[in-house]
Amino acid sequence: MSILHTVNKSPFERNTLMDCLARAKDGAAVLLIEDGVYGALAGTQASDAIAKRGAIKFYALGPDLDARGLAEKPLIDGITLIDYSGFVDLAEAHNPVQSWL
Amino acid sequence: MKFGILVNEGPFTHQASDSAYHFTKAALEKGHEIVRVFFYHDGVNNANKLSEPQSDDRNLVGMWSALAEEHGVELIVCVAAALRRGIKDELLAAGFTISGLGQLVEAGIIGDRLITFGD
Repeated sequence: MSILHTVNKSPFERNTLMDCLARAKDGAAVLLIEDGVYGALAGTQASDAIAKRGAIKFYALGPDLDARGLAEKPLIDGITLIDYSGFVDLAEAHNPVQSWL
Repeated sequence: MKFGILVNEGPFTHQASDSAYHFTKAALEKGHEIVRVFFYHDGVNNANKLSEPQSDDRNLVGMWSALAEEHGVELIVCVAAALRRGIKDELLAAGFTISGLGQLVEAGIIGDRLITFGD
């Protein structure tokens, strides 16, 4: 079973998204939550790092994008929006769940 | 599936306590079991019954207590982290219990997953 990584800080505030991507293996899943959802936006300095990792499945928590007024912003291609129920499903489907804090 | 939840941050820092609460609630609604929610480091501030947010702010302490009452979720507060911050037995909101770090280890052993929320 592959790992679910969660990243909860903006890539413009901390290096946790880059640290996560440097260690995540192909086939893993990365879920962006809280301020981590800023990493899902298209056209930023951090976008390429996600866009070029095609073998990793990326998710972002919709309620957290919405809470930041980002719900209508264009996201990086291939990012799937989920809610808390989807978060639970991801945690069930992957093992372990690694939180990058 | 059995989930253990670890909360390492208080309700008024970033969003970790909210995320932990909403994950826990969603898991319960889907029929999963929450083995335990363990409050560690500043997370122990989630248990302070003297916390009184403004009426238009969410009240996480009360929300955790309600979850414990409705679903029987075990809310464990780390004793060392709590005493260090002045959180004592008489300050605990309904549903919270002070115990040791062994409870966190056990949640990791019993649970199928341990999900960490914090800073």
